[in-house]
Amino acid sequence: MSIIADTTRRGWKSQLLRHPNFLIGTVLTGMLILVALVSLVWTPHAFDAVAITQRMQGPSAAHWLGTDHFGRDIATRLMIGASNSIMVGVVAVGIGLVIGVSLGLLAAARGGWVDDLVARGSDVVFAFPAIVSAILITAIFGPGAVNAIIAIGIFNVPVFARVARGAARQVWGQEYARAGLAIGKSPSAVTRDHILPNIAPVLIVQATIQFAVAILAEAALAYLGLGTQPPAPSWGRMLFDAQTFMTLDPKLAILPGLAIALAVLGLNLLGDGLRDALDPRLRTERIG
Amino acid sequence: MLTYLARRVLVLLVTLLVASLAIFIVLEVLPGDAALLILGIEAQDDTLAALRTQMGLDRPAALRYLAWIGGLASGTTGISHTYDVPVSQLIGERLTLTVPLALIALLVSTLIAIPLGMFAATRRGRPGDYGVMGFSQIGMAIPNFWFAILSILIFAVALGWFPASGFPGWDAGLGTALWALVLPALSLALPEAAILARVTRTSVLDTLGADYVRTARAKGLAPRRVLWGHVLRNALIPMTTIIGLQFAFLLAGSIVIEAVFALPGVGRLIFQAVSQRDLVVLRDVILLLVTLVVVVNFLVDVAYTAIDPRTRRGS
Repeated sequence: MSIIADTTRRGWKSQLLRHPNFLIGTVLTGMLILVALVSLVWTPHAFDAVAITQRMQGPSAAHWLGTDHFGRDIATRLMIGASNSIMVGVVAVGIGLVIGVSLGLLAAARGGWVDDLVARGSDVVFAFPAIVSAILITAIFGPGAVNAIIAIGIFNVPVFARVARGAARQVWGQEYARAGLAIGKSPSAVTRDHILPNIAPVLIVQATIQFAVAILAEAALAYLGLGTQPPAPSWGRMLFDAQTFMTLDPKLAILPGLAIALAVLGLNLLGDGLRDALDPRLRTERIG
Repeated sequence: MLTYLARRVLVLLVTLLVASLAIFIVLEVLPGDAALLILGIEAQDDTLAALRTQMGLDRPAALRYLAWIGGLASGTTGISHTYDVPVSQLIGERLTLTVPLALIALLVSTLIAIPLGMFAATRRGRPGDYGVMGFSQIGMAIPNFWFAILSILIFAVALGWFPASGFPGWDAGLGTALWALVLPALSLALPEAAILARVTRTSVLDTLGADYVRTARAKGLAPRRVLWGHVLRNALIPMTTIIGLQFAFLLAGSIVIEAVFALPGVGRLIFQAVSQRDLVVLRDVILLLVTLVVVVNFLVDVAYTAIDPRTRRGS
């Protein structure tokens, strides 16, 4: 991971447009956000409208993607699942960003034992994969969307702490950061004025990737019954329900998985494209 | 090297101690009364009291923590509430499934990823490269449990080649047992293979530009020998780190995959312990997983340092 501190930004917009990864990523992520926003004000049906007589129907004018084993509209449930995924991603990444970046910046600015403490603390939290900390939290506080989000957020903290620390240490090595101290600015003022703006691109790229990771993790937790609880729709839970009925109706198992894969693919491609455009040093490693 | 090793072992032990303390606090201090949590609010007073005594809940938390860690250090574990056997026995049985599963997945992922990554690197910017990178992007985006469900649908239900779920046990014969692990191992391996293929491609590309590769070519070595003998061997160094990290991810991933295929492994045990609120099992299994993650990372770091002495400074 590196920084754009001393490189020209000229033409980064045209750079972005030349990257097919970035374009595809933007379109897929844009669709995800659009669908989620629309679901907040309108869905084709109520997400919990049960109609047993119309169970497991194929696509029709009334039900664009057909109905599930309770006769509920799949398109509606996928739309609300999108907003659920985005909410999980935003909060879980937000927790990681706020706490992790603060710790990383502090470690880089103070050095010494503070730095050691943050680095060793990150090691400890890293030893708990998101799913394991989610299981720990669930065992005590019960399953639910909020606890799943907190678990994924905790997992994100050391990720951002490490990225922020590494990038901030690079900027601290630059003359202009040292010059800030020399003219009498406090370390926190230098961090605010020079360090944070310069590491922002790295953080944005990492946030995009972690967003994708959060969506995957929440889906896995919901599949295990440790995330969003029924009847609220979530893509992971829809896949769990589908497993019982998929021999009768394979689309139940295909559509929610496709939704997850497209959302994650879009965010990963967007993150890759942003990294290529914002970080010229890494671009050389990619398809040129 | 020895000082370095001693320091790393110390860090490892401290990490494990802090992690175990975190597990203990979350599972036994935060809930207040662990016995009430396990038995539920409708439990009888005398049952509660009996369980409290059995778990030693009448003692201070610090003592209970020391008893737990001391017990583990001397090889004794608590008794599971649901199975009424020592936790070590439960975990031991389940490990005979989960560890082979993770190792097979690791092997499959490496066997898929290294040829693909090298293929892409040697065809940089050409259709073969784009094809592999496309596969990698898709592989990373597909949730492993969705891939598992689809593979059941196709290869177990529609084609009938593999069992849809369950594990016959190693007693059923090596072939039969391994056959039941094919789909789970593939599901675990796919996302890891996608990541590893990317890393392989990048590190092979990095190595291809090195001076010694040019020298090897200049002295007339066959391209194939340069690629496998010089390039891959050097590119393996960064790849070792990723492969080591992946073992930890595979263990965590097995929690979901074992649930999809109803396999009686450690992942399934942890999951059952949550639903049955078997805290005695839970704390040991989670500590085991965390220990495996930390120890594997430690071994990777040490191996890395042994291979490449340049990394010893500054760590």
